[in-house]
Amino acid sequence: MKRREFILFPAKALGGAVLYSLVGELISADAEDRVKVPLRFFTEEEAKIIQAAAARIIPTDECGPGATEAGVVVYIDRQLASGYGTDKYRYTKGPWVEADETIFGYQGRSTPQDTYRAGIGLLGKDFTALSPEEQDRRLEKLERTRFFQMLRDHCVEGLMCDPMHKGNKNMVGWKLIGYPGPQLSYIAEMEAYPGKAYRVAPQSLSQILGHPVKPVEDETKPIL
Amino acid sequence: MKRLKPTDVVIVGSGFAGLVMAKEIASRTALNVAVLERGPARSLEKYVEEMDEIDILRVGLGQNPAEQTITLRNTNKQTAVPLRLLALFHPGTGTGGASEAWAGFGERFLPEQMVLATHLREKFGAKRIPPDWTIRDWGITYDEFEDYYWRAEEMMGVSGKAGNLNGKLIPGGNIFEGPRKHEFPNPPLTPTYTMGFWYKAALALGYHPYPMPTAIASQNYTNPYGVSRPGCFYSGFCINHGCKTGAKAMPTSVLMPALENEKNFVLRNNSWVRKIVHRDGHAEGVVYMDENGEETMQPADLVVVAAFTPDSVRLLYLSGIGDPYDPNTGDGTLGMNLTHQVNGGGGGMLVFDEPLNLFMTTSSLSYGVSDFDGDLPEDVPEGVLRGGQFTGGAVQDYLPVMSFGRIPPGAAPRNWGSEWKKAAISYWDRIGPGVGMSMDTYPYRQNYMDLDPTYTDKWGDPLLRFTMEYTDYEQRQFAYAARMSAQFTQKIAEVSKAKLISTGPGGNGGGFRHYDGVRYKTTHIQGGAIMGASPDQSALNTWLQHWKTPNLFVVGSNALPQNAAGHPTTTIVALAYRAADGVIDHYLKRPGLIG
Repeated sequence: MKRREFILFPAKALGGAVLYSLVGELISADAEDRVKVPLRFFTEEEAKIIQAAAARIIPTDECGPGATEAGVVVYIDRQLASGYGTDKYRYTKGPWVEADETIFGYQGRSTPQDTYRAGIGLLGKDFTALSPEEQDRRLEKLERTRFFQMLRDHCVEGLMCDPMHKGNKNMVGWKLIGYPGPQLSYIAEMEAYPGKAYRVAPQSLSQILGHPVKPVEDETKPIL
Repeated sequence: MKRLKPTDVVIVGSGFAGLVMAKEIASRTALNVAVLERGPARSLEKYVEEMDEIDILRVGLGQNPAEQTITLRNTNKQTAVPLRLLALFHPGTGTGGASEAWAGFGERFLPEQMVLATHLREKFGAKRIPPDWTIRDWGITYDEFEDYYWRAEEMMGVSGKAGNLNGKLIPGGNIFEGPRKHEFPNPPLTPTYTMGFWYKAALALGYHPYPMPTAIASQNYTNPYGVSRPGCFYSGFCINHGCKTGAKAMPTSVLMPALENEKNFVLRNNSWVRKIVHRDGHAEGVVYMDENGEETMQPADLVVVAAFTPDSVRLLYLSGIGDPYDPNTGDGTLGMNLTHQVNGGGGGMLVFDEPLNLFMTTSSLSYGVSDFDGDLPEDVPEGVLRGGQFTGGAVQDYLPVMSFGRIPPGAAPRNWGSEWKKAAISYWDRIGPGVGMSMDTYPYRQNYMDLDPTYTDKWGDPLLRFTMEYTDYEQRQFAYAARMSAQFTQKIAEVSKAKLISTGPGGNGGGFRHYDGVRYKTTHIQGGAIMGASPDQSALNTWLQHWKTPNLFVVGSNALPQNAAGHPTTTIVALAYRAADGVIDHYLKRPGLIG
């Protein structure tokens, strides 16, 4: 059986116990107050490489938190371990042919899991040891690859998704832009805020509904 | 094969078309009605838990392409390729079908749509009509159809403002629409902030803007079936989502609550119909895979096919019902007149200084402008015969994943990194809705559907194949829409003081030479089993009864010979009401072709 893999985060950056009870997995802080998040798809080494790349795509900077604080790598790990990662939502019958992708879409056999494994190889085992500038140069070389485009989109998803997907931790992404979360009604606000910012502290879906909500990637029953 | 006890009526598909048929037959007759739905049950309670983008992005309420997709080729000289993701339109699955995740636009078609072939021939002469168009009259007129429109609007509780009541034009409504006998069941929705600029600009240009009719209730409403629902809350999780309050008319919110009380009605979910069994021009029932994957025969006296258009057409092919269309000879009717609505735009990006709160919206909340819809006031340089309908003023949805990073071209050197992040934060909620125009889309001799010779679905049945390409005419439509949209967008910038940033051609086809399977266009796929006045021209008569199999009705946008500029749902629902009348008032009294 596969060895259990974890990624370490500073406990403070991850927002504490309440959030982690939502993960539904055993989390404990170590002596240096770091928490171990169990990984479902990545190895620890892979997770660190993706985390480093995500931190260049959406950096932590003077504008505020980025992919690291949002926990984007955990979001991606969960997505890749789900049916999406193994193409349970894509037609995968042959024959496989080459065709103009601008008309027919991607016709290759790579699943998102395959694409990441290959992409991590392109980033290189030494990626985490590079300087930010060197990391940017390596990412620039990959900009046109399917892997990079997927990673870039997943970073935005992991920053802006509902926290039930394990990204957007503490709703740092929503706070960056002032998105209030999935409110049930804007009847009063529509008329009260014409051309004026409606920016309230965000609430996640489970906070608004008052009960936990299970995302598709946590479903245990097979999709097909 | 498991063989069930016969039922009187079996209906394939539980979208609006299927459930309108079910409701009318179940409540107006004593017949037993069984509806077979491929997907799972849906509920408003579950929709509340789907106020999220990620799960909707992966598969949502749509058909899973891993189970079944379509193949596409641009011409019949090519080999078709499977679309491995279903991006270009959004077929639904589960109770309510695509009518759960729809936007809710609720307008009628213009009266000349029903007689378009005659109308264009009379207006322009046969010479100016492209020779490869296969436009057809429906076989009925708007006047004969008006009451069915009203029944559809009343059932869905459409919100809007009449512009033509019994021939009297009413300012503020759509004065270009066909005459209606009744005011809309509900008043218009509350406009958003950005809609104000759109309205002002339209007036400044001398247009006649009106609140788009929408099947989203603007207030508490009870339909003629006694089903009540609240008015819209503008939460913004609307298109591609189910409506958690039911304010958006969906089969689960406006039909199922009434159907659940009918003792002669049953809905079977997770039931995938593979074949209509028939002999000597008589349908005997359907074969389907039940929820346990067991092959099951459901015998029935009457079969109604009301799936999503490509699925209905595929089922006819798989069952060997009707004569396959041959584009070389023009013989046969099954698969002909495939159309996918085009729309165009491209006026540029409107950047506002102030925040817009774009996330406060609902999906079909907008104004329309129909000054150029249908017959044009004058000839235009692009040489198109008819114009299109502007719809806009608000965004359909504005959720954080999809909207973060939407920035003007050139605002950042690349789409990642610190500079991009800064721009993404700064422009978020400040780029206003653009201008787009949807247009009539015409059927061509060379565009059609048939079965793919190679690729199969999860049961091993052949996939449906689209053969479809844009011609020079669609390119001229895109050019026309781009020019008109640019003029309109310029005026919005003037009245709103927004900064206008040029972006190039927009809409679903502008700037692209080929019809592609990658970019979402609309879910308005039409044709394949069209209605008409004679069996050599159409698969169905005007009651949507199959010419060659009179106890089979095929209900949906498959029946529409050409694609109107307007959104089709109200028309599809109205056609379903007429088909139900055909069954109940005519067929059951004298089984056979309704004459």
